[in-house]
Amino acid sequence: MHEHFETIGKSVRRKEGIPKVTGQAVYADDMRFDGCLYGRTVRSTVPHGTIKKIRFNPGFPWTEFTIVLPEDIPGKNGVTLIDSRQPFLAYREIQHLAEPIALIAHADKELLEEALHQIEVDVDELPAVFTMDAALERNDIFKSYLIESGNVSDKWRDADVIIEETYGTGAQEHLYIEPQAIIATAIPGESVTIWGSMQCPFYVQKAVAPLFNLPRERIRVVQTETGGGFGGKEEYPNLIAGHAALLAWKSGRPVKMIYGRREDMLATTKRHPSRTHIKAGFKRDGTLVALDIDLVLDGGAYPTLSSVVLSRATLHAWGPYRCDCTRIRSRVVKTNSVPHGAFRGFGAPQAIFAIEMHMNRAAEALGMDPAEIRRRNFLRKGDRMPTGQVIKDELDLGYLMDRALELSNYTQKRSQFEQSNRNRGQKRKGIGLSVFFHGSGFTGSGEVQLASEISLRLTEQGGVEVLAANVECGQGTNTVFVQIVAEACKISPDLVRIHQPDTAAVPDSGPTVASRTTMIVGKLIERAALELRRRMNEPEDFRSAAQQYLSQHGTLVVRVRYEPPTDIHWDETTYRGDAYAAYSWSCDVAEVEVDLTDYGARVTNFVSTVECGRVLNPALAAAQIEGGIAQGIGFALYEDVVLERGAMKNNQFTNYIIPTTADTPDINVEFVEFPYNNPGPYAAKGIGEMPIDGPAPAIASAVAHALGGRFINEVPLLPERIMRDIENECT
Amino acid sequence: MQVSIVVNGKNQTLSAAPMKRLLDVLREDVGLTGTKEGCGEGECGACAVIMDGLLVLSCMVPLCQIQGKSITTIEGLANDADLHPLQHAFHENGGSQCGMCTPGMILAALYYLNNPGEAEDLREALAGNQCRCTGYTRIFKSVEAVARHEL
Repeated sequence: MHEHFETIGKSVRRKEGIPKVTGQAVYADDMRFDGCLYGRTVRSTVPHGTIKKIRFNPGFPWTEFTIVLPEDIPGKNGVTLIDSRQPFLAYREIQHLAEPIALIAHADKELLEEALHQIEVDVDELPAVFTMDAALERNDIFKSYLIESGNVSDKWRDADVIIEETYGTGAQEHLYIEPQAIIATAIPGESVTIWGSMQCPFYVQKAVAPLFNLPRERIRVVQTETGGGFGGKEEYPNLIAGHAALLAWKSGRPVKMIYGRREDMLATTKRHPSRTHIKAGFKRDGTLVALDIDLVLDGGAYPTLSSVVLSRATLHAWGPYRCDCTRIRSRVVKTNSVPHGAFRGFGAPQAIFAIEMHMNRAAEALGMDPAEIRRRNFLRKGDRMPTGQVIKDELDLGYLMDRALELSNYTQKRSQFEQSNRNRGQKRKGIGLSVFFHGSGFTGSGEVQLASEISLRLTEQGGVEVLAANVECGQGTNTVFVQIVAEACKISPDLVRIHQPDTAAVPDSGPTVASRTTMIVGKLIERAALELRRRMNEPEDFRSAAQQYLSQHGTLVVRVRYEPPTDIHWDETTYRGDAYAAYSWSCDVAEVEVDLTDYGARVTNFVSTVECGRVLNPALAAAQIEGGIAQGIGFALYEDVVLERGAMKNNQFTNYIIPTTADTPDINVEFVEFPYNNPGPYAAKGIGEMPIDGPAPAIASAVAHALGGRFINEVPLLPERIMRDIENECT
Repeated sequence: MQVSIVVNGKNQTLSAAPMKRLLDVLREDVGLTGTKEGCGEGECGACAVIMDGLLVLSCMVPLCQIQGKSITTIEGLANDADLHPLQHAFHENGGSQCGMCTPGMILAALYYLNNPGEAEDLREALAGNQCRCTGYTRIFKSVEAVARHEL
């Protein structure tokens, strides 16, 4: 903690900041290609059925169009991810609404739009499943987990109070401001090149190579400036890249596939809807003695990443509490909804909403303050999680929470609001909190399997270039990588540059997901930078030494590969051990106002304390947290994906409400650093996802407080949901 | 249909379909791609530009309404190497993350600074420009930094 740093811990300005504020940054749709065609997707209009025939209305100039049908696919018609069950184009069987059936391309966008209305697909419709209950009844389960520690069934008799409730969260749309965008060129029979908005260039390469029966190195994937991802550009670009490439392959011309907003919202993945049943036993003093959790996610029509989303949900389900007797059963089911997929938080927000709301319920039942029941049960150094993972850090969640309570003036406001609410005015106020954690990096042995690699090379200016596959999508990858190199090499950040993620030029450092970029990939960069300096004999003046080295040797490249920490063990078969190499921790306090005239709830103040190891760039880290909280406010209050026959009905910016400037309160973020020992660069941990985990339960408990202890178990807390709850109570 | 317009101080004579959106005219015909499309229905603010002194959503303005108009886009703000104070402030204060909302956001902020009486406060002035990355905190800081300086 007393080390001196030149660059680490400083709010270095965004590396690619200037082109972004001047409009010079190049996003996929800003690229121009000679002879470019536009591509569109013919989609299913039924949720389940068998394709009989695709009919192209006569009298339309079809010969001008490039048309791709499933039978035109040169290789495997399956999007390779964890499995390859999702087809690029539905062949015979349709599994969800808006499923891709055929592709068309033309140079004229308007003619292309018209053409979509000139294609009819004859389908024999089949019965479809839209609810988790119906899927469970059919036993249509993609994946399930069971984690047990102690014998829960024997433990209920030790409890003074048993509380049982069911919680639910809705789907959520990423709503990155830049819609999905891919451009492909192809040399038929030879190779494919893809540019686009994405988080994982090597995922795209892996998905597209089998589509053309080509070795991976014949598929070149280049990430363009990416206007937000949030998980929505983790796996979905695989599918669009395949589509654009198929059209380019068949036409021999560049093909742009830029989704309009409506198509984007209709057809792409969303956060998994969830339902979690919790039964928990407490001693009268608030001690948690037994915890039984049953969590179900709606996976939609294809498995996508559902099994790993479920894994993270399962491994965050107990919250930051100690309980020796725990059982967590979790399942993700198949329905005929548009597949749900990766979204910032990746299952954790759903699980954390349930456990945190349950702690509030328990506090209410035991007549305790929500902060005090948490304090009594917090995990501490030496405690075991239900997986057997031992907390090795000097964890002080009491302090983390107390700082948040202090900054928000929680205690005083809590009683003040209760008093003013007794006047029974139209505007009721409430304050609520949540405490939570988020595991950094891939779950279990995931990082070992990824075996990420990066390289650094000296530049002719006497600086260093970073070659990695991790993308900048607004979260700060470029800047943090620059800072790590600058610190380790003892050079100015201006001397460090980032190579564009391009599978033909950079090593595979894994996907830009799972709060792993800073902690896992950043560590590789730190190691490589230190090695680079060592190879140059630790020069005083790096710049001239580098130039001298290059004039003597021509080049210097250092490549490093992930090495797992030696004290981390995970057993994939028993699901026991150290699920994550490190956890970040946080406490949120939300203040709300509920207007009983229109039942609208509004967040009026928000405080978040965060422990994420050493903060490498305070401005960027706080910005991640502020943005995650805003997204969490949307998840809690406004963002309602209306699914009709398994597809988003309100698929417009106009009808899907995200927080605007008027809905987002002042957000006060404070970092707390516990003495740490973790595997990240300069002891940094992950931060990207955690801020979406806490707002929903903090806000929902604040709403409950405003309504005099009336809890609503499901988010988003739309006015109609609050109204129904209040009116049910009165009748 | 042929129109003559002024974009960032330069005269342009263009020919395109009367209902072609100003957004596409700027991006395709004028070749300025700094103006972004976020929703195409006048809701997100990413395509905002200033037209004859008014803040407009370029996805909602057809070519047939722009004859003789003077338009300022994000590309028109910087003076050679010198950033506009708002661009500088967004960069310094972290007001831009993924960058897609930034051009429209900066133009909306510019409009507000030039016409402060038209909105109750900064929150209201920017409520038509949506950002999914920042939580707006640093956008407020950026604009406030310029407002303080200019007032």
